[in-house]
Amino acid sequence: MAKLNIESIRKQFPVLHQNVNGKPLIYFDNAATTQKPLSVINAIRDFYEHDNSNIHRGVHTLAERATTAFEATRKTVQQFINSKESEEIIFTKGTTDSINLVAQTFGKANLKSGDEVIISAMEHHSNIVPWQMICEEKGAILKVIPINDAGELLMDDPIAIGFEKLLSPKTKIVSVVYVSNALGTINPIKNIIEKAHAVGAKVLIDGAQAVSHLDIDVQELDCDFLVFSAHKLYGPTGVGILYGKLELLESMPPYQGGGEMIKEVTFEKTTYNDIPYKFEAGTPNIADVIAFKYAIDFVNEIGKEEIRNYENELLSYCVNRLLELNNSITNNPITFIGTSKNKISVLSFTINGMHHFDVGMMLDAKGIAVRTGHHCTQPLMKFFGIDGTIRASFAVYNTKQEIDVFVEAIERLVKFIK
Amino acid sequence: MHATSLRIKMKTTTDIQNEIIENFSLFEDDMESRLFYLMDLGKKLPVMPDEHKTEDYIVKGCQSKVWLYPEIVDGKVIFEADSNTEITKGLVYLLVQLWNNRTPDEILNTDLYFIDKIGMSRMIGSQRSNGFASMIKQMKMYAVVYKEKVKSL
Repeated sequence: MAKLNIESIRKQFPVLHQNVNGKPLIYFDNAATTQKPLSVINAIRDFYEHDNSNIHRGVHTLAERATTAFEATRKTVQQFINSKESEEIIFTKGTTDSINLVAQTFGKANLKSGDEVIISAMEHHSNIVPWQMICEEKGAILKVIPINDAGELLMDDPIAIGFEKLLSPKTKIVSVVYVSNALGTINPIKNIIEKAHAVGAKVLIDGAQAVSHLDIDVQELDCDFLVFSAHKLYGPTGVGILYGKLELLESMPPYQGGGEMIKEVTFEKTTYNDIPYKFEAGTPNIADVIAFKYAIDFVNEIGKEEIRNYENELLSYCVNRLLELNNSITNNPITFIGTSKNKISVLSFTINGMHHFDVGMMLDAKGIAVRTGHHCTQPLMKFFGIDGTIRASFAVYNTKQEIDVFVEAIERLVKFIK
Repeated sequence: MHATSLRIKMKTTTDIQNEIIENFSLFEDDMESRLFYLMDLGKKLPVMPDEHKTEDYIVKGCQSKVWLYPEIVDGKVIFEADSNTEITKGLVYLLVQLWNNRTPDEILNTDLYFIDKIGMSRMIGSQRSNGFASMIKQMKMYAVVYKEKVKSL
């Protein structure tokens, strides 16, 4: 049913056209980072070849060009997530940096002893540790939304203490992942945001895995913060986004001190710059921010819905082929981890009798790149009673033929251990 | 007795290394077959008694769990080994096959040339190569300790 011309999309990704261990590369580690299209790669090179300059302060032509291009990305991101103002878009180093920023500014200013912060059982370590740190500092309490065996959040469970029972006037911050990196589950964040707001809490959405698959409209979601990384969205590494509602960002104390974030400095007192610059101390990652615009353009040109439909098609094809294989073998060695119906193109599984390290290495021997291990979600792995999974995650440039090669490699493995 | 369960005809360490090189050369550059072969080798390790799989005998520096349990019998070092992953089992098997039932001096004087010759680092990557180096270090350390013990007797 795919209307997309995958061959022509693949041509835009030079890295895909190589052999690894003598076999054509099959890149199924897209949840870790996606590959970059030529337009992004060229933008980085073009910047250093023609426009390299520091931004915002220079009056010369190159500084002007660099600043214009840098701010153009901010506008593009604003449109991409439909925020009201471009000042609500802050450039950071990545998702982790964005979460730390919120924890150390908004968290520091608003949490006090006995307050509560709610996260979920499927958070990435980067949405656990920053909250643990600030809670410890402030004497606040970290609460965790539990999940069921399918890897879905328990919202209003009659028995378990699900999200709704955790909420109270003590809840100050709810910080949850939109899409689980280890399981692919899409969480009901609209519902979470509404319920959290009803008790007066602010909500941060970790959109790292969501942005390349799902349509995001921060005004419609009404989230208070949204964080994500460029590099999981076909963009460069080292660039992250923090979206925050204008009035919140304005009320938050600064994060790091330095150049750019100031209005006036004397040895007696410093006044801070307006947002977004207040939170962008120091020379940013200019070239990569500029190139990030081209990654968003790439996604917009294809269309998120088309990308999503195609990726879903790949996911169900792969699930069905693995199920078929599993059923053909007596002890059904493959166990899927994360079986929610509502998920994106992430497929996590274990193979009975074979450690995930070994599976990863065996697949690499055939040129297939997957992620193996705990995916920075150790508490989640503990819940499932495992120390890691094999995770295949698909992007728009992957194909069913690649999945066939992948399933055949898995087949040789499960037959070996049988 | 477990101490002799892995007794092999006493080839020299050079003989064994040459055999390993020859066996791996059969697979040429087919990485998958090489790794399947390595995992098959791991299956040849005699079962290691659970009571020897303690924290004390875990090789530090390996991502997978690897246990190496040494004993000295008639001046020779006897190794038991196991791992929780199949490829690592194969790796530790190579070393056990080479050094089991050798004197500490034989172990310490071995020039380990087979590792480069079979293209180990390309085959298992840098993380596991570091782990493999830790196993070698651990086995040599046991040899040093036993050598000192024998001296002090």
